[in-house]
Amino acid sequence: MSKAIKHISSTVVPLQLENVDTDQIIPARFLKATNRDGFGKNLFRDWRYENDSDDQPRKDFVLNNPTYKGSILVAGRNFGCGSSREHAAWALKDAGFDVVVSSFFADIFKNNSLNNFLLPVTVSPDFLAQIFSAVEADATSVIEVDLPAQTITIKATGVTESFEINSYKKTCLLNGYDDIDYLLSMKSEIETFENSVTR
Amino acid sequence: MAQTLFEKIWNRHVVKTIDGGPSVLYIDRHFIHEVTSPQAFTGLNKRGIKVFRPAQIVATADHNVPTLNQHLPIKEELSRLQVDALIKNCAEHGVELYGLGHPYQGIVHVIGPELGVTQPGMTIVCGDSHTSTHGAFGAIAFGIGTSEVEMVMATQCLLQSKPKLMRINIEGQLKPGVVSKDIVLHIIAQISASGATGFAVEYAGSAIRALSMEARMTICNMSIEMGARCGLIAPDETTFSYLKGKEFAPAGEAWDKALTDWKTLFSDKDAAFDEEIFIKAADIEPMITYGTNPGMGISVNGAVPALNEIPVSEQKGFEKSLAYMGLEAGEHIKGKKVDYVFIGSCTNSRIEDLRQVAAIVKGKQKAADVEVWIVPGSKQVEAQARAEGLDKIFETAGFQLRQPGCSACLGMNEDKIPAGKYCISTSNRNFEGRQGQGARTFLASPLTAAAAAITGVVTDVHDWIHSNEEVNA
Ligand code: SF4
Repeated sequence: MSKAIKHISSTVVPLQLENVDTDQIIPARFLKATNRDGFGKNLFRDWRYENDSDDQPRKDFVLNNPTYKGSILVAGRNFGCGSSREHAAWALKDAGFDVVVSSFFADIFKNNSLNNFLLPVTVSPDFLAQIFSAVEADATSVIEVDLPAQTITIKATGVTESFEINSYKKTCLLNGYDDIDYLLSMKSEIETFENSVTR
Repeated sequence: MAQTLFEKIWNRHVVKTIDGGPSVLYIDRHFIHEVTSPQAFTGLNKRGIKVFRPAQIVATADHNVPTLNQHLPIKEELSRLQVDALIKNCAEHGVELYGLGHPYQGIVHVIGPELGVTQPGMTIVCGDSHTSTHGAFGAIAFGIGTSEVEMVMATQCLLQSKPKLMRINIEGQLKPGVVSKDIVLHIIAQISASGATGFAVEYAGSAIRALSMEARMTICNMSIEMGARCGLIAPDETTFSYLKGKEFAPAGEAWDKALTDWKTLFSDKDAAFDEEIFIKAADIEPMITYGTNPGMGISVNGAVPALNEIPVSEQKGFEKSLAYMGLEAGEHIKGKKVDYVFIGSCTNSRIEDLRQVAAIVKGKQKAADVEVWIVPGSKQVEAQARAEGLDKIFETAGFQLRQPGCSACLGMNEDKIPAGKYCISTSNRNFEGRQGQGARTFLASPLTAAAAAITGVVTDVHDWIHSNEEVNA
């Protein structure tokens, strides 16, 4: 399966909270694995379940509400703050998300997401509010993300906004390239650099 | 051209800049621990490659480790497996490991500086957001994710975009009872938990210059809690005398050479910052947090804000936070009962922190219904505390002096705060569930935490010192 991301068109899961930290996205006690798989089932664990029990989903949490589904998570500002745990990006991806939309992302989370082909789309606060109201009015509202054009559109209203992404990362996402492949291809330049610096 | 401290270090480490993209940044030092490294080693093994520069990596076990009976096998199976994986991976890849039982073991951000591995002018990374701690030495130090850990292991480089630059100037003298933890909690309360996102923050001004290295580390440590990519402080005599003679610091001729270079590491007079903030040291009070992000801080004498003081878009989060904490809007914090006191974490578990606590609790006893854990940041801190007899003071006070590790800073090892209980903690995060599911955290300085240990309630350390004149903190 190609990791590449180009166009995503989906209904959304609205998480209307600010400062969602990575301890909430994936609590520390689930970081004990030594591989990258299976974190999705513990995504937002403590917001999702009462008493840490699979049998007691919290009805008021959006991920447990069958009305909302899709591969786009929309959240309030400063999403992904706190711990650098990449497990947060792995959990979101594993739970089926390809895009996270917010008006503001924490730095490390943003990098981790891009490294895992989870696209963080930063929109204006006004546009974010428009998405939330569109979804509130109609849970089947579709959002369209066009990475080549760098635009995000609320289908119901036709309102579009463009988003930023640096051209290097865009190329990586569109083609499924990893940073590490690029860096490995630079080995000899790195060695030359090491030799040029007296440390 | 005038350059900032950050730019001087950054420019020396750029191997190449990609058009319209990030730079390939060379990394001098890489710290690893058991939680965020296993998948990176697996990645290398899958590619059939070895760690590129093993001598530039230092490993330790800290997040998962128990803080009692460390000589026994780790009880919890998954934690044990993770620590074992680290031992195996380091052995296979030739990486130096200061694991459990080693006299240098400890929290990764405590051992790097105390061993002199952390030095001015370096680029330093670790798969842990509090890597910003090392910036106190005038280094560019930042947290990374596991994919990036793998990149550094494979190539000693990372792809990074240059952040914007902010300088926070703190001028003047601190009030008695106010310490560096209060400075940083004050800054975050002012600019919010995302106020420095996208920035590298340089801390400057006379109040910063007056701080010890350990106090500077506390401030840089919490840079990430204002969203900053990293925090840094220009090295000076305080830095140099701290480093001199440390295990891995340069010695002899190499020391002289390094020193000449380190003395060039400061922001030039006319260097430009994207943003600059000025704070009067005298305005800073002993701080405490009431909510579930580190930006929700107030003076210990203050009250939780009223709902109408909070911007509308944030009210939902604010109410959720207070419900979690069991607090009311407008309520005063002073006098609130605490159940646990945690003195530890990479923010405040160094010897000076322990000395400060010992100085004000000496000869006193903890409140009857409070549990107090003192968790030194490293084996070396623990040994030093014992050598100075601090262990006796803690014992008399009824405090538990435990063994080094991250402990109750994060609910990952055996040390957890029970649901619903209040813990005054010297750590850096008060997120929901951070110290254990349902645990309620008040972040504060070691002094404020120590005072609460004795009184059993949130206390203004300033009043308290006055009513205990024999104590001179
Ligand atoms: S003490 Fe806490 S913040 Fe520091 S490295 Fe350990 S878990 Fe992270």
